[in-house]
Amino acid sequence: MKRALAIMVGAALILLLATLTLVVMPYLQMSAEQVPPDLKPYTEQQQRGRQVYIANGCVYCHSQQPRDPSFAPGDKARGWGRPSVPGDYAYDEPHLLGTMRTGPDLFNIGARQPSIDWQLMHLYNPRAIIKGSIMPSYPFLFRHVDEPVEGDKVVNIPPPYGPESGTIVATEDALALAEYMLALDHTYPAPTLPKRPPKSDEPKENRAP
Amino acid sequence: MTPTIAILLIITFVLSTVGLLLLIWSIANNQFSHGQAAARTIFSPGEEGHSEDPARPADEPFTGNTIEQAEAIEARWTADQSSRTAVLTWLSSSVFWLLLGSFFGLASSIKMHLPEFLTASEFLTFGRIRPVHLNAVTYGWASMAGIGVALFLIPRLFKTSLVGGKYAVIGGFIWNIGLVLGLSAITLGLSDGEEWLEFPWQIDLLFVVGGAMCAAPLLLTAANRNVEHLYVTSWYLMAALVWFPILFLIANLPFAFPGASGATVNWWFAHNVLGLWVTPIGIGIAYYMIPKILGKPIISYQLSLIGFWSLALFYSQVGIHHLIGGPIPTWLVTLSIVHSVMMSIPVITVAINHHGTMMGNFGRLKDSPTLRFVWIGALMYTVASLQGSMEALRSINVITHFTHYTVAHAHLGMYAFLSFILFGAVYFIMPRLTNWEWPWRKLISLHFWLVSIGILIYVVSLTVAGWKQGVALLDAAMPFMDIVKMTLPALQARTLGGALMTLGHLVFAFHFIAMLMRQGAATEQPTLFRPAVKENAQ
Repeated sequence: MKRALAIMVGAALILLLATLTLVVMPYLQMSAEQVPPDLKPYTEQQQRGRQVYIANGCVYCHSQQPRDPSFAPGDKARGWGRPSVPGDYAYDEPHLLGTMRTGPDLFNIGARQPSIDWQLMHLYNPRAIIKGSIMPSYPFLFRHVDEPVEGDKVVNIPPPYGPESGTIVATEDALALAEYMLALDHTYPAPTLPKRPPKSDEPKENRAP
Repeated sequence: MTPTIAILLIITFVLSTVGLLLLIWSIANNQFSHGQAAARTIFSPGEEGHSEDPARPADEPFTGNTIEQAEAIEARWTADQSSRTAVLTWLSSSVFWLLLGSFFGLASSIKMHLPEFLTASEFLTFGRIRPVHLNAVTYGWASMAGIGVALFLIPRLFKTSLVGGKYAVIGGFIWNIGLVLGLSAITLGLSDGEEWLEFPWQIDLLFVVGGAMCAAPLLLTAANRNVEHLYVTSWYLMAALVWFPILFLIANLPFAFPGASGATVNWWFAHNVLGLWVTPIGIGIAYYMIPKILGKPIISYQLSLIGFWSLALFYSQVGIHHLIGGPIPTWLVTLSIVHSVMMSIPVITVAINHHGTMMGNFGRLKDSPTLRFVWIGALMYTVASLQGSMEALRSINVITHFTHYTVAHAHLGMYAFLSFILFGAVYFIMPRLTNWEWPWRKLISLHFWLVSIGILIYVVSLTVAGWKQGVALLDAAMPFMDIVKMTLPALQARTLGGALMTLGHLVFAFHFIAMLMRQGAATEQPTLFRPAVKENAQ
């Protein structure tokens, strides 16, 4: 029994060591990091939209973490933005960094596509906007009504993607999700990034999809 | 930069000290001197040189040449029977979750190239059924089958009856309840939002309790053991059962780790589920099955112990290679990359032992279902691990990160390695628990070929397409939609591969149920891939 216990205690100690280096120390270092002054906390609606994003698993195809152009040149060149820093995620609980780019990075989607109508139309059916997109449609985030009433957010879907009659209106969830998309705008400067030699002010995000 | 370097130095120092202490402890306790004697503890007296193969009476049934030997064989039969209820509870559940997980995986795959497939209901949207697939196959199939096999091996390894098996049965029920609730929560959109940790934390408590209930029989049986040496398989199983509850508990602490530090905890956990939970189980099973079926001890017991401790030291720190280029401190990423590369040490020691023991016995792959599944699994462990070490290098990772390449790698590990070993173990265990032979030899063969061809198509197509996707993503001149179109044929091929694997699982599940119901004719022949008569004729 002594030896069995020794193995188990040894195993547990090694894991605790790893926890110290991979969990505790990064936590201490990153929680002390400065929050960029231009980063705004989410509004209640945006936070709700973030929950819709989580519930429908957007994270399985979209990352939110552009890499440094000196490391991975494609990220910035595609208009996904400057490399992200820990402070950018100060209000993110849970994190949504993502591990797949089946679809593009969304760290700055709010800057690339600032129109709420674009976002809603795209959610209703991505192929209505981007030919050949393999993103699922989210019809369950919308209502199909005969006649919109006052206060309804009407989404004009170009044929043949819309219904034959009636109108598509966005649900509260769809509006919240679209608002969250628009809030994903991290084009402000990050104070903690190492300063590079100034190369004339770089243009804001270019609008390539 | 100075604090970073200081931290790195301290880590390195602490690591080497711990490693040194372990080594000293091992030597002081004669872990090394018994070497090959310890490697023989899995055989009953006089059994070495005799194969214990998938069915009750082996092709040359060894029943002992003396009374003492016969008693040892009899005692093993008793030990096997003692774990029966517990093992069948966990294995039967795992087969159910395998089927469910496969269908969800297949549906997810179809959605990747037919985006309008099943979009009407929010419960079947891609972003929900994909995590249902992952959690069902990880915590349902792999974990439950792994625990089931561990419960079977524990009394055998300790040469005594399983003590406290009822705790494991209760634990199995709790675990299943956790799965039902957790998967329902994901379907309803109540995911916690982090990969591998989607189950709401309240439900996670059930897994901690269920897992701890399985540690109880392990400890009780270990206290009762009748063997002098702890065989290396029991090292792996004991460590895994210690690691999982700790990992799962810390990673699921609610509201503890916000923002980017949440990502490090997320991937510290997710890779440890692979490295410190399913990998030790898979390697441990292979360390038992390969020598047992060949009737010959592993070639180097000392190496196996070095492999164990180096796996513990290095695998526990690799997780952050999932965040290379991400918004986290550079020293942290470097630490994980270094450990990922160091992983080649345990991988090579395990490879020497598994494949070295096989040397000269490859002919047995033709007839033994267990050996064929387990050895291919062990081989894929070597391949997937070395590939993983490469993938952690910055120059490779910048291409493969965020692409289908990683998905192919994950399936090479979780499926071609782990699931194959679990399939092999189930083919070994079931005849001994039910005292019944596998009814249809051809179904085992069909299962083998369906899943083998399926995973081959899966891994090859996604590996190639993922690499091309990664290279193209780095070049902004290539429009994003062109990359999507480029990967489409591979995504379709994946559906084909996945469909074959799912078919294979249906065959496997059917056969498993037939076995539980004792279908087919009573036979004294072990169910081998080829009729034993033919084999004897050679």
